Amino acid sequence: MSVLAVETIPVKTEPDVVFARRRVREVSAQLGFSLVDQTKVVTAASELARNTIIYGGGGTMQLETLNGPRNGLRLTFEDNGPGIPDIELALRDGFTTGSGLGLGLGGAKRLVSEFSVTSQVGAGTKVTITRWK
Amino acid sequence: MSTVPVDQRSSLGSIITQNREEILAEWLREMSGATRRSDLIKESDLRSQCTQFLSLMQSAIESGGTNFQSNAWDGVRNLLGEISKSRAQQGFTPTETAMFVLSFKRPIFRQIRQIHKSDVDNIVSETWTATELIDAMGVYTMEIYQKSREEVIRRQQEELLELSTPVVKLWDGILALPIIGTLDSARTQVVMESLLQAIVQTNSRVAIIDITGVPTVDTIVAQHLLKTVTAARLMGAECIISGVRPQIAQTIVHLGINLLDVTTKATLSAAFQVALDKAGLVLTRQTKS
Amino acid sequence: MEKIPILKMGQFLLVTIQVDMHDRLAMALQDDLTRMISDTEAHGVLIDISSLEIVDSFIGRMLANIAAMSRVLDAQTVVVGMQPAVAITLVELGLSLPGVRTALNVDAGMELLRSSNGFRG
Repeated sequence: MSVLAVETIPVKTEPDVVFARRRVREVSAQLGFSLVDQTKVVTAASELARNTIIYGGGGTMQLETLNGPRNGLRLTFEDNGPGIPDIELALRDGFTTGSGLGLGLGGAKRLVSEFSVTSQVGAGTKVTITRWK
Repeated sequence: MSTVPVDQRSSLGSIITQNREEILAEWLREMSGATRRSDLIKESDLRSQCTQFLSLMQSAIESGGTNFQSNAWDGVRNLLGEISKSRAQQGFTPTETAMFVLSFKRPIFRQIRQIHKSDVDNIVSETWTATELIDAMGVYTMEIYQKSREEVIRRQQEELLELSTPVVKLWDGILALPIIGTLDSARTQVVMESLLQAIVQTNSRVAIIDITGVPTVDTIVAQHLLKTVTAARLMGAECIISGVRPQIAQTIVHLGINLLDVTTKATLSAAFQVALDKAGLVLTRQTKS
Repeated sequence: MEKIPILKMGQFLLVTIQVDMHDRLAMALQDDLTRMISDTEAHGVLIDISSLEIVDSFIGRMLANIAAMSRVLDAQTVVVGMQPAVAITLVELGLSLPGVRTALNVDAGMELLRSSNGFRG
């Protein structure tokens, strides 16, 4: 598997979230993802980008197009914010009622093929998601 | 003379350059056996593929030696990749596809013997270099072939999945979706997509999901069904689940599965009556005088 | 900042969301709508999302909030035209938008609003 292209965009303001969504949409469409899969990965990106701003104090989103047995898209959201004290809890607190303060990590996880999160209190958070075609 | 070391790299390259037509002719002859598949590929196309291959090989050896993994060999790898992929799609067997590369051995070995005459050491080391190179190419060809076959199979599986969940229009605004077989998460995705597309296209407010043909209904299957029902509801359509056999009803209660407020019926006809009602339709019997 | 227009159709308000909303625009819509329901004493709100290709948890919460606030103001909310890909994604996200009524399109939505309106005193 190899990385075909990499780009990093800032995720600090609300318009950045809109731009990030658009970029993910463009790239996933280029990769030939089905409409449903495009929607899923763009929605996941939207959730995580917003998390980066609201909980992480702003950061970056890295977009990588992957080439292998199947084509794929990998997104990495990184910030130098306060970090997540209890990752297990964050993953469990889904948006079951749509009114929680949860980070929505659990929900975003269900939309993608691979998901990983590393976080250190006081140091920052990094969430990586991959969606295979 | 065996005491003079021959530069390995330049020898293979110049062998190909100086004896190109002869190598090409012999190569094509090697491929004319049972694995030729003249029904799938024309002589002229095969010849142009071989010619292209030889040119690319020449420039690769000249700039990057005989390391197949190096960047200098990108062009050759791309060509082999394309050839493999198209062979896989056309229905060539693995052996037939590999023969493109492997049948290149005999012509090149013959040329090596001709150049070095009785210099056994050089013949052996050159032949070894050539073998390593051709084997690497053969393995690469097989890997690409394998990937392509897997891609074909995956696509066929997807199509099969789509075909096995037809959505039927029972009446204006009423759809039926008979599910036959197990409902796993992959199938559920396909079911949801087909059903929701049909709902939009036919403007249907009611969809009857018939599970008579689903052998077991456990918590997982119930979750898949609920996902489908919820998605349809978000779009503004209502689902009725029919074909709920007594055993299934027992399992549902026993497992404590919560079907929320989804209407469930034992038979499709009972579900159809409910659907008509929800759609605001009434069936009346004709009165014959 | 652009605002999303809210149309008055008799006793009902109609909102068509066509742009990729950023969060502030969504909050503004929530505020504007609530104010207008109150000002016009509307009986219902129809939100057309047939052009929305993405509905994430923020937008989902916005819709649920609008429905809840309208209910407090004695008005019904109906969301219409959700795209299949969006519905599938929302379900996967775990958002079922409780308290939000839905319909296939504007016609069906208006029908729903009128029929539930008929039961009012």
